[in-house]
Amino acid sequence: MTVFERHRLTPWLLLAPQLVIVVLFFFWPAFASLRQAFYVQDAFGLGERFVGLANFERVLATAEYWRAAGVTLIFSIAVAAGAMGLALLFAVLADRVLRGSKLYRVLLTWPYAVAPAVAGLLWLFMFDPVLGVLSHGLALIGVHWNVHLDPTQALLLVVIASVWQQMSYNFVFFLAGLQMIPASLLEAAAIDGAGPFKRFATITLPLLSPTAFFLLVMNTVYVLFETFATIDNTTLSGPGGATRTLVYKLYEDGFVARDLGSSSAQSVLLMALVGLLTVVQFRYIERQVQY
Amino acid sequence: MRFNRLLSALILATAPLATPVYAATTITWWHAMEGVLGDKVNEIADAFNASQDQYVVKPVYKGSYSDNLTATIAAFRANKAPAITQVFEVGTATMMSAKGAIYPVHELMQDTDTPFDPNAFLPAVKSYYTSADGHMLSMPFNSSTPVLYYNKDAFKKAGIDAPPKTWSELGDDARTLVERGASECGLTTAWPSWTQLENFSAINDLPFATKANGFNGTDTRLVFNQQPETVAHIQQLADWQKTHAFEYGGRGDDGTKRFQSGRCAMLTTSSASQAGIKDASAGNFEFAIAPMPFDQDAISQPKNSIIGGASLWVMKGQRDEVYKGVARFLNFVASPEVQADWASFTGYVPITTAAFERLKQQGFYDKTPGADVAINQLTRGTPNDNGRGLRLGNMPQIRNIIADALENAFNGRDSVPEALDNAAKRGNAQLTQFQQSVGQ
Repeated sequence: MTVFERHRLTPWLLLAPQLVIVVLFFFWPAFASLRQAFYVQDAFGLGERFVGLANFERVLATAEYWRAAGVTLIFSIAVAAGAMGLALLFAVLADRVLRGSKLYRVLLTWPYAVAPAVAGLLWLFMFDPVLGVLSHGLALIGVHWNVHLDPTQALLLVVIASVWQQMSYNFVFFLAGLQMIPASLLEAAAIDGAGPFKRFATITLPLLSPTAFFLLVMNTVYVLFETFATIDNTTLSGPGGATRTLVYKLYEDGFVARDLGSSSAQSVLLMALVGLLTVVQFRYIERQVQY
Repeated sequence: MRFNRLLSALILATAPLATPVYAATTITWWHAMEGVLGDKVNEIADAFNASQDQYVVKPVYKGSYSDNLTATIAAFRANKAPAITQVFEVGTATMMSAKGAIYPVHELMQDTDTPFDPNAFLPAVKSYYTSADGHMLSMPFNSSTPVLYYNKDAFKKAGIDAPPKTWSELGDDARTLVERGASECGLTTAWPSWTQLENFSAINDLPFATKANGFNGTDTRLVFNQQPETVAHIQQLADWQKTHAFEYGGRGDDGTKRFQSGRCAMLTTSSASQAGIKDASAGNFEFAIAPMPFDQDAISQPKNSIIGGASLWVMKGQRDEVYKGVARFLNFVASPEVQADWASFTGYVPITTAAFERLKQQGFYDKTPGADVAINQLTRGTPNDNGRGLRLGNMPQIRNIIADALENAFNGRDSVPEALDNAAKRGNAQLTQFQQSVGQ
């Protein structure tokens, strides 16, 4: 005990580098954007005016903001469900493979190493209405593929690109989760006559629930923020705003329209939304989780 | 191996000693010219640096036009702005209103006693960068204008001898091309707002926004949705979309692909895309360039089109010594030699009359058929209130809003009048916001 008391400064010193980074790159910008949300400012920062809640009122009064919120909702559910469902399927399959299992695991993890912007370009390359290989394939079976004008197809494209990318992340966690389940439990159930589906539903799935819960939170954050680059490299929020998510709108208002007040207000709203979602997830969904 | 490393370390360590004792003043130039255009920019800087030993111009590629503007603004806010920055034409209103950040070119030239004649520039180029009180605030650099590209092979196959002059002729040709199987699609376009709304308005003498398209004040509002001819034009594109006489090709220059691949037989895009299209279509088909069609119901003699491209802005916060060099360099950039070379290489128009004359003398327009289409279209008549250009705050975002509207009209989500009204409403909110943010 006495040893620690003599070294009161040491823990702070050790923490300092991390603290500096967090303050500099997280708290400071967050505070700056919180402050900015209450001001109207020109692009060059030559003058500013306090406007109270006017930026928030302006954002919430536009139809486009609510449309973007709707798109974000559909997009999030589709990506989270798709990325987690497929990852679970592949993890279960990869877990059972006896020969070459490492190869499968590497291949399934690979897409995560691809930057979202590159992922977007890859999928666009295949699904480009004019040059895309898959567009030609679809035309042969009578599907007219045109992401420049068809809102559903455009949304589908960004969902596929995002699912493909996030799936790998989920796969790694699901696979790790599966391998932590004691084989003896499954064997005991098998001896008792439970079939593969029954074993999966009553043993594997409940034991995976902490992993699934963690991934749900992570996927929500991914969809809300990191899919920006995918959208920016494929549909540019089009056609007609069909793929404009909240974070894309925030970018447009901040960096294209250079309306810092509005975009700061949106970032504050988005931050509040993520906080709220996380609280909801912890309060209600975590109750169903068995640790 | 170890010896080599030691040697290179030594060389690196002594390198600063090798620089000359007299220090030339460095002028930083941020730009957005990528690929071969970027190489050409470096060439221009090198030529200037070699021509004298007092100043060194350092061009820095900062990404897209939008990226460069963002970088410039961020740098200015951190007191680290470059001496010269290249800003696209739609960022002009933003730059002009930033009075504390920019050093107007006409003032710079006056303060440094540098000879400068605004009338040397083509009227359509000069007017775009001139303030309401008649002063040129930035130095034009790369200017282009939309033209009509057409696939000569497809036209021949369909039995059409000449490119269309009016939109109604274009509509007939597009239908013929598709019906006779000469191409899968008639017309497509890049930069949809620039070609189909902004330039359609200028060429046919229709207002795009009030207050002479924003030239006479920031209290301007969009009115393209109230022009029956403009609405009818978008309506006909929407109708043609159903029969593939027209195909919307996406935002930015995405639509170019539909022409380059041979799918669409006509394309409206920048005159500066010529080199790229030539490369991509080589061995595939022959193409030619014609003036943008006009609407014969709106006008009998089409007016000048308006420019795209970018100009060079001088930023505040440098030493006097730097500004002397900047003035000298800008003069160099606008010289007939540099401009003629730049224009003949890129497909941008020569921005001064002298450069145009020089290219004529060199026989450039005889050797390169179609190269004079852009400049002739740009210089016909004197630009009036509808044809000086657009000076609208947040214009890049207004273009996004218009793209939204066109997509919603072409895919049938909204009717054409609905879509355009909505775009004007959203665009006007941008203009109001801009007006408030610059405090006017």
